[in-house]
Amino acid sequence: MAELTATRRRIFTRQRVSSLIRYAILIIVGFIMIYPLLWMVGSTFKNNNEIFSGMHIIPRNPTLSGYENAMKSYGGDIDLWKSMVNTYKIVIPKVLFTLFSATLTAYGFGRFEFKGKKFLFAVLMSTLFLPQVVLNVPQFLMYTRLGWVDSPLYLPLILTTLFATETYFVFLLIQFLRSIPRDLDEAAKIDGCNTFQTLIKVIVPMLMPALVSVGLFQFMWSNNDFMGPLLYINTPARYPATIYVKLSMDADTGFEWNRVLAVSLISIIPSLVVFFLAQKSFVDGISAGSLKG
Amino acid sequence: MMSNNIASQQRLAQDLIRKPGRSRLESGRIGLVYILPWIIGFLFFKLYPFASSLYYSFTDMHLFNGISKTGLFNYVDVFTNRATVRSLETTFRYVITTVPLKLVAALFIAYILNFKIKGVNLFRTAYYVPSILGGSVAIAVLWRALFRNDGLINSLLSTLGVQGPSWLSDPNYALIIISLLRIWQFGSAMVIFLAALKGVPEELYEASTIDGAGKWRQFTKITLPLISPVIFYNLVTQTVQAFQEFNGPFIITKGGPLNSTRLITMIIYDQGIKNYKIGLSSAIAWVMFVIMMLLTLLAFWSQKRWVYYSDETQRGGL
Repeated sequence: MAELTATRRRIFTRQRVSSLIRYAILIIVGFIMIYPLLWMVGSTFKNNNEIFSGMHIIPRNPTLSGYENAMKSYGGDIDLWKSMVNTYKIVIPKVLFTLFSATLTAYGFGRFEFKGKKFLFAVLMSTLFLPQVVLNVPQFLMYTRLGWVDSPLYLPLILTTLFATETYFVFLLIQFLRSIPRDLDEAAKIDGCNTFQTLIKVIVPMLMPALVSVGLFQFMWSNNDFMGPLLYINTPARYPATIYVKLSMDADTGFEWNRVLAVSLISIIPSLVVFFLAQKSFVDGISAGSLKG
Repeated sequence: MMSNNIASQQRLAQDLIRKPGRSRLESGRIGLVYILPWIIGFLFFKLYPFASSLYYSFTDMHLFNGISKTGLFNYVDVFTNRATVRSLETTFRYVITTVPLKLVAALFIAYILNFKIKGVNLFRTAYYVPSILGGSVAIAVLWRALFRNDGLINSLLSTLGVQGPSWLSDPNYALIIISLLRIWQFGSAMVIFLAALKGVPEELYEASTIDGAGKWRQFTKITLPLISPVIFYNLVTQTVQAFQEFNGPFIITKGGPLNSTRLITMIIYDQGIKNYKIGLSSAIAWVMFVIMMLLTLLAFWSQKRWVYYSDETQRGGL
């Protein structure tokens, strides 16, 4: 009897120890991951000498000069706010168009049988593995010839999303659609809905969680997109925030880091807010894309 | 005896995961109407550029001067130009350091988070934030500040009494710093691993504990085989992504110092967009594409040996 409790106690202690080790690892690694971001936030409130004078986050002599300077233009037709407005002129239509075109495509593949479907689906899947890097230069040539480069409507960046060119999202929606039972489609059909009405009234509401994920990921990725604007926008007044941040870094490196970091931080605040409001959808979306495949 | 047991448990898991049968799909051409936008997009924005770049790769296509000759000269150039060859090597080094470290970090943290951890959501968020922001230019700017001579990292080292190198201007370190930026973003791979780990039936662990299996044995004999499809998925997607890395070196180091971070995407950009040499840059892109395809095919071929699928229908197809 006494022996038994001793064993039990030993097991209990061992579990406590390994649980402690787990928390220690999680906290230390997490701290290392997050510290640079906190340091960045703190640094925007420091003066330029203080930023590189130690590891501390909280500024000793807090100042808003970084932010004040961030509001100023570097000269020319662009400033931080204009560039952020430009970003959303690109991001919002991209998100809407992607949702629209990816839903149609996923519906077509997920709910209908037609000649050549197997082949077309194989084509769709293979474009998942088609790296953008092969397409960049010929697309650049094509858009140059079409006169789309530097278009005030950002045609090369936006228009393509009307055509479900981002296969990953189509794939994610198809996967999700497959898990929705078909009984409701059939009920809608019996009630006299045509296929488009079924899509709007039955499928879209059921797809909603997946659509939210698609919208959120497209929002983040388009926000962060640097290569696209780099290739297709030449007029400074049309630059989005990513290009503006890059330019401000090139202009200021070495002397005005609080300004550069403030500009950078402001440019990612919308993404941060959206992420914290919709964390769960991000996690669900990213898991859905991989696991059901 | 032990392995037998696991095999039967795996079959059990297989039955648990298997999906119910499907009812038949609606037929008719209407489906084609719905996918029409995608077909158009595929033909114009994917297939045409893809095919034309193959053609251009055998020409001296120039953005303004057009084509004056055709032949294999671009490909000869790719393999004889020292800058390009070196850049291919750099790209390989970059991929080989970034992908495994990122996946190991992701799996390790996911494994720990999969224990009954209090505040699992808080930790998951903390680990995931870098992945969400990491692609932004803002974070590349931050990286430059962190790894400056007098940046945060060297401040840390000097409090430990170590004189840190000048990370970004030393050809021995610059590439590692670029890799670190992506390794730091292991969160998205981690979230995927975590979801997969949660899908491993608890009974399997319980049964094997009764059989006397330790944690490590459980990990290698139960966990790894059952999540192998997800390991495979992460491996392929992360490798494809890593080969296409551009923003990091372009923004942080501009390819330097001494071209030590000039990845192949930067050469493609320089030749094609800045020097207008569409033909040459197409050839470089195609060499890279073929390498990536071969690696992907190799991965798909090798999955027979190590990837365990619980259900035939999960391999794709409709």
